Amino acid sequence: MEDLIRASLDHCIKCTICETVCPVAQVTPLFPGPKYEGPQAERFRLPSGSADASVDYCSGCGLCTQVCPQGVKIAEINSRARAHFKAQKGVSVRDRILARPGLTGRLGTPVAPLANRVMANGTARRLMEKAVGVHHAAPVPVYAGHSFQRWARHHERHASPRLDGRSVVYFHGCSVNWFEPDLGRMVVAVLEHNGVEVKMPRQDCCGLPLQSNGLFDAARRALGRLARDLSAGSAGHAVVASSTSCGVMLKREGREILGLDDDETLRAVGARTFDVCEYLLDLHGQGLLDTGFRPLPLTVIYHAACQQRGHSMGTPALELLRLVPELEVIRSEADCCGMAGTYGLKKEKYDIGMAVGERLFEQVRRVGPDAVACDGETCRWQITKATGRASVHPVELLFRAYGLEL
Amino acid sequence: MSGEGEIVVIGVGLAGLVAALRLAEGGRRVRVLAKGVGSTHLSGATVDVLGYAPFRVRSPAATLPEFAVANPHHPYALMGTAVVDDAVTWLKGRLSNPRYVGDLRRNFLLPTALGVAKPTAVAPQTMAVGDLTHGGCFVIVGLPGLKDFYPALVAGNLGSTVGIAGEAIEARAVDVDLTLDGRVDVGPLAYARRLDDPAFRAQLAARLHGRLGADDMVGLPAVLGLTDAEQAWEELEARLERPVFEIPTLPPSVPGVRLYGALSGALHRLGVSVTIGGEVLGAETHGGRVTGVHTETANGVRFHAAAGVVLATGGWAAGGLEMDSHWVVREPVLGLPVTGIPGGGRRFLPGYFDHHPLASTGVAVEGSLRPVDGDGRVVFTNVRVAGATLAGAEPWKEKSGDGLSLSTGYHAAMSMLAEED
Ligand code: SF4
Ligand code: SF4
Repeated sequence: MEDLIRASLDHCIKCTICETVCPVAQVTPLFPGPKYEGPQAERFRLPSGSADASVDYCSGCGLCTQVCPQGVKIAEINSRARAHFKAQKGVSVRDRILARPGLTGRLGTPVAPLANRVMANGTARRLMEKAVGVHHAAPVPVYAGHSFQRWARHHERHASPRLDGRSVVYFHGCSVNWFEPDLGRMVVAVLEHNGVEVKMPRQDCCGLPLQSNGLFDAARRALGRLARDLSAGSAGHAVVASSTSCGVMLKREGREILGLDDDETLRAVGARTFDVCEYLLDLHGQGLLDTGFRPLPLTVIYHAACQQRGHSMGTPALELLRLVPELEVIRSEADCCGMAGTYGLKKEKYDIGMAVGERLFEQVRRVGPDAVACDGETCRWQITKATGRASVHPVELLFRAYGLEL
Repeated sequence: MSGEGEIVVIGVGLAGLVAALRLAEGGRRVRVLAKGVGSTHLSGATVDVLGYAPFRVRSPAATLPEFAVANPHHPYALMGTAVVDDAVTWLKGRLSNPRYVGDLRRNFLLPTALGVAKPTAVAPQTMAVGDLTHGGCFVIVGLPGLKDFYPALVAGNLGSTVGIAGEAIEARAVDVDLTLDGRVDVGPLAYARRLDDPAFRAQLAARLHGRLGADDMVGLPAVLGLTDAEQAWEELEARLERPVFEIPTLPPSVPGVRLYGALSGALHRLGVSVTIGGEVLGAETHGGRVTGVHTETANGVRFHAAAGVVLATGGWAAGGLEMDSHWVVREPVLGLPVTGIPGGGRRFLPGYFDHHPLASTGVAVEGSLRPVDGDGRVVFTNVRVAGATLAGAEPWKEKSGDGLSLSTGYHAAMSMLAEED
């Protein structure tokens, strides 16, 4: 698989189409663009890796790979070159911290009020920027103070959902567990409302932040463990993910970027993984989705995040939201909000991320929607921080349109 | 008709975009699937309907009827040439930034990046000003660091050209001293984005001040703004007090990106789902119809049921047609028959510009663009083929590429819409 990715560079016909979409190259001369950084530079790199520092400016958004008409795996080539680069140069403390949301979540949750106050404190954030390089103005999540897992264990014991014999395993990811447990509860409620039993086994990080910060070995261990956790006791049920970036890690990136193609469990779990909106739209396709939505007289902008696009599944969230009466859904004109995982948090990349997101922010300011709907968590935080507008996961709108309550 | 099933359009080049938009405007539910972005980004985005047949064509409208008689298997002949006119009118009604001008009555002669006069019927008005038909004085402006645009080359070649009645063309090159953040290697899009900013436009105009003759027409590489080209162009004309025109560059083509943006934006506004990066791997068929297609997703294959399919996957370069080393040719998505492969004997010809049969190889169709086999029988009744996948045309030689994509995409949609009524 790794060799297939590298070999794809031979398909490059230098058409420059990837250059037209790269959000980073559009705003900074520090990054030479996907064609140069990807197929062109890779040809000259040593097998052990000999990338220069510019590769670290690739945000890993994956847009280049999606638009390449010749099937060159540009973003994947960059991702692996970045890992080699970081392995040689050493991964910073900051990147090691950002790469482990499970650890920071576990540490922050018991002391949530304190941790949140520190994170909201300008002086503390400036100190943090100096000390570890997380930009002082970058959006950081708010600790919920109680984990989703805790609720889930309780819920599984006590809930008696209306069952139609369909069961899924919910892969909630770190952000729902530590920062947005209410979103997890809404996902469960919407699925159960449609007669789907939701199993929530213990689970930890998928390894995506480790991967995007170049820590491939640790990422491989994390993803392998997650695949086994989700697989144990799931009896071949569909795995449903509410984080598009973590979902695509299970579906594809682990196999392609981390080279875990031989991990049978990962293959099997990945093959039956669905984004939550993808799963719900499939239910609708089978006539099994309750479409008795109440009117939701709101205007929202729907932003298909870069990692959402990586699923190559179309825009199921958009199609679902269009089923809700009186909900006006405007499609985002931008390809990327600039956050791209943890990229936009970093001191040296914060300005780039904000410049990348400006197209979206400008549309949000111009339209003035009631909310921005987006499937990616870090994107939501970035959008709200930059525009002051509420941002929601599309499932939250479905939850409200069903008239459900937590 | 929106209660009917979904039409799947495969490909997002000009043909696919046009077919999808016309179908959606006609009330059909449409889904667009594509392996990657199409050739709009490589194209000068002029609508070349017929430039050579085989001599340079002055009026496509006047030449098309005889051209159709002489080339009965050409898509223009199969559809009927009136379609081309309708399609051009329709497209012009959808493009406003920049607006498109011209029609089939006469071709413009517009300069290329090499300074060659190219016949084209319809063009963005930001380019059409550079019409060489009646000669004139031209200044070609070079921007520092801009890749692959050489004003001296353009001016030199234009200077050895004449208008249609032998009118003289004078051309000279000027370079402006205007750096883009000190960069030495800049792509067209980087300039275009900067020229969306009125302050940068003012700087450009100031640097040209005093360097232009009274009768000069000012040619710039086609980078005059990405999101608001109309405004950028009008403003430069006003500031320079002279006609200003754009010359297409090598890829990425800013006019092509604008054209793609206008058409895909219209699709989004009509709620059409466009998935790029999900290659269509194959189809399910039943009783002479395609019932759906399989696309590649992040973790497998997804099936999309289809009431009809428009195949607009392009030609050789785009992967819409494939050939192996044994000269076995296939259309990879629906497995349609491909015609026009030369048999044994001489497959290679010595001259680059020789008539090579592979140039017009492709999928043969009938008048409503449904694919046919070697005996002329329709293969799938609910499929239409549009654009460079079609047999019977030699776009590079005829200078008919975008005209073919536009008119066949349009006709594919119209014939599907008509079938229901
Ligand atoms: S889009 Fe693909 S083929 Fe074109 S330049 Fe980029 S990598 Fe090469
Ligand atoms: S992954 Fe995104 S940032 Fe990196 S080269 Fe591709 S388009 Fe640019």
